[in-house]
Amino acid sequence: MTDTEIKQATREDQFAKLAAAIQNHKGERGALMPVLQEAQSIFGFVPQDVQVAIAKGLDVPLTEVYGVATFYSQFALEERGEHIIGMCLGTACYVRGAQKILDRLSSELDVKVGHSTKDGQFTLNATRCLGACGLAPVMMIDDEVYGRLTSDEIPAILAKYREPKAS
Amino acid sequence: MDLYRAHVLVCGGTGCTSSGSASLIERFDTLLEANGLAKEIKIVRTGCFGLCEAGPIVIVYPEGTFYSRVKADDVDEIVAEHLLKGRPVRRLIHTDTVSSAAPTSLNHIQFYEKQRRIALRNCGVIDPENIDEYIAFDGYQALGKALTEMTPEGVIDQIKKSGLRGRGGGGFPTGLKWEFAYKSKADQKYVCCNADEGDPGAFMDRSVLEGDPHAVLEAMTIAGYAIGANEGWIYVRAEYPIAVKRLNIAIEQARKYNLLGHNIFGTNFSFDINIRLGAGAFVCGEETALMASIEGRRGEPRPRPPFPAVKGLFESPTILNNVETYANVCQIIINGADWFASMGSEKSKGTKVFALGGKINNTGLVEIEMGTPLRDIIFDIGGGIPNGKKFKAVQTGGPSGGCIPSSLIDTPIEYDSLIAIGSMMGSGGMIVMDEDNCMVDIARFFLDFTVDESCGKCPPCRIGTRRMLEILERIVDGKGEDGDIEKLETLAKNIKATALCGLGQTAPNPVLSTLRYFRDEYEAHIKEKRCPAGQCQALLRYFITDKCVGCTACAKVCPVGCISGKVKERHVIDQSKCIKCGQCQAKCRFGAITRG
Repeated sequence: MTDTEIKQATREDQFAKLAAAIQNHKGERGALMPVLQEAQSIFGFVPQDVQVAIAKGLDVPLTEVYGVATFYSQFALEERGEHIIGMCLGTACYVRGAQKILDRLSSELDVKVGHSTKDGQFTLNATRCLGACGLAPVMMIDDEVYGRLTSDEIPAILAKYREPKAS
Repeated sequence: MDLYRAHVLVCGGTGCTSSGSASLIERFDTLLEANGLAKEIKIVRTGCFGLCEAGPIVIVYPEGTFYSRVKADDVDEIVAEHLLKGRPVRRLIHTDTVSSAAPTSLNHIQFYEKQRRIALRNCGVIDPENIDEYIAFDGYQALGKALTEMTPEGVIDQIKKSGLRGRGGGGFPTGLKWEFAYKSKADQKYVCCNADEGDPGAFMDRSVLEGDPHAVLEAMTIAGYAIGANEGWIYVRAEYPIAVKRLNIAIEQARKYNLLGHNIFGTNFSFDINIRLGAGAFVCGEETALMASIEGRRGEPRPRPPFPAVKGLFESPTILNNVETYANVCQIIINGADWFASMGSEKSKGTKVFALGGKINNTGLVEIEMGTPLRDIIFDIGGGIPNGKKFKAVQTGGPSGGCIPSSLIDTPIEYDSLIAIGSMMGSGGMIVMDEDNCMVDIARFFLDFTVDESCGKCPPCRIGTRRMLEILERIVDGKGEDGDIEKLETLAKNIKATALCGLGQTAPNPVLSTLRYFRDEYEAHIKEKRCPAGQCQALLRYFITDKCVGCTACAKVCPVGCISGKVKERHVIDQSKCIKCGQCQAKCRFGAITRG
């Protein structure tokens, strides 16, 4: 199979999973949120064609799907990087210098907060309180939590996730 | 039941899991197996012990030895020395920040001595994924008593008499709320639980859900019996994966024991609970917005009345209580309203859980009797401010609350006394700030939060808070103007009076409280273009003093080349080019560069 064929196959597979999720929740009151949450975990984000499929599947107007998807910060409408960095900007982290670490992340990755790096490896987000205030300042990369951070640790942590450059 | 000669409790709360407690459990399991101890010693993964600062925490019973900051490698020593030979590992025993002593047991640690744990009673004590352990600690006894010995009116009466008020922040009397819903006539009613804990720096509810999920399920079932509902909904943040997992396990177990489902305790009362995950919108902590979100819509608040007790979820009478409120209910039913009302102060009964964070030695979760002075929490339990810095203020109530200055540190913690000084109880975040924190910047931080989280439905909140933020941004950027303070005050007054929901009505509080107690800091920013705390970067200035020996290290490190001077002579910084990066100060070995 060529790369395009593989992509096509995974995409079909993803839509099949989505259809199953829709079927699972159909008829349930307030089904839209859980279906969107499952769609996001299947696709990694909720692009327009996925929203259209959900609207058709649940028989709700597309405007409603779009309205809900844009209201909640959990739903991403654009493709995200391979690794999601969430720097906590809760109050406890903020008073312990989280902004400085976020600035360092932004300059190390050369990316603005809320965006993905050009190579698609990282998305840098500032998140709400992660509730690990005892370890402030805290960040999460994917599911891994890094606590008691100093900005000088950032390059070494990022290096663990960077793909080795082809030489 | 199997008997063990020792129990090793390992904290499985989010704080300790983040610092690696899962690998400790694995290591313990392997070593106990290898040493043939698996039948003698039991490893229990518990909920949060509260002292997150010292995590990961391991406690060995029967002695109650409290080990802190344990690493996977340390486990070998604990097993070899303590568990095999009965000799506690002294170097790992937690040292008290206040007394500097190494107490031998949990009960002698100063952090716990002044606390009274009601809502957190099982957190760090039982295995939250095992319903039998909950039952062994009087679990589901309250539900049995309510269903078989009490009428719904009797339950409501007990809750009313206890004086329990909502722990989510508003402080509305819980019993009264239940009575309203009880009196609403309808075929279908709902019991909801607000576990959408969104205040930055607050993680009380999460710890209860992670450490004692059955307490919430049991209390919701009692509430269902009291108001005549047979369906419950828990709205919990998706960002709390451990809490969600344990809730799901708890619901499954309760169903298996028929503590949820049809004909509970052989009565004709039936009740079941659903979980709905939040999706990251702070406004969903507001009751009408939360219900809209469960219904699968945008979480926008609506005007009240009708109140949810009359028309709530799916248009039916609904009660909504916070996790911590529910965590008190079963104890009230078991021990009686008088017992609960004997704790706390006149108008605020019982205890309150706080998440202590920021510039404080013992960050973590504390539960104190209402009426305890702030000073006791910050200095006795919290262990004071690190690095010898001066205490400046404590922030309570999150984005809806305010900053309390050091002069008011003897204020007792009660709903009404906190409102009187311009803050509020809130859900329980308590962030301590020291002399290095700029109060104008803190106000800006909270407004930035509110602007981001405003749902956009009503103009006072959508537009008003943004105008306030713009003014604050200008001030911290060194572009403040005469009249800015007055503009902030006018906007604040109008937003408070006209916003639709609690989020908007309280959004100006962080600004108003800092203006009330730290007005001089605002004035220094605006008039003198100076940040007294030395935090606002745009207002910083670096100077080279006569301590300079002319080593040229600063000039070499300066990224914009704004430091000049001859070797062995005092150097000078060109203020017009300086970008205030602070690298020169970090590099100087003679302490010759000051910031002001």
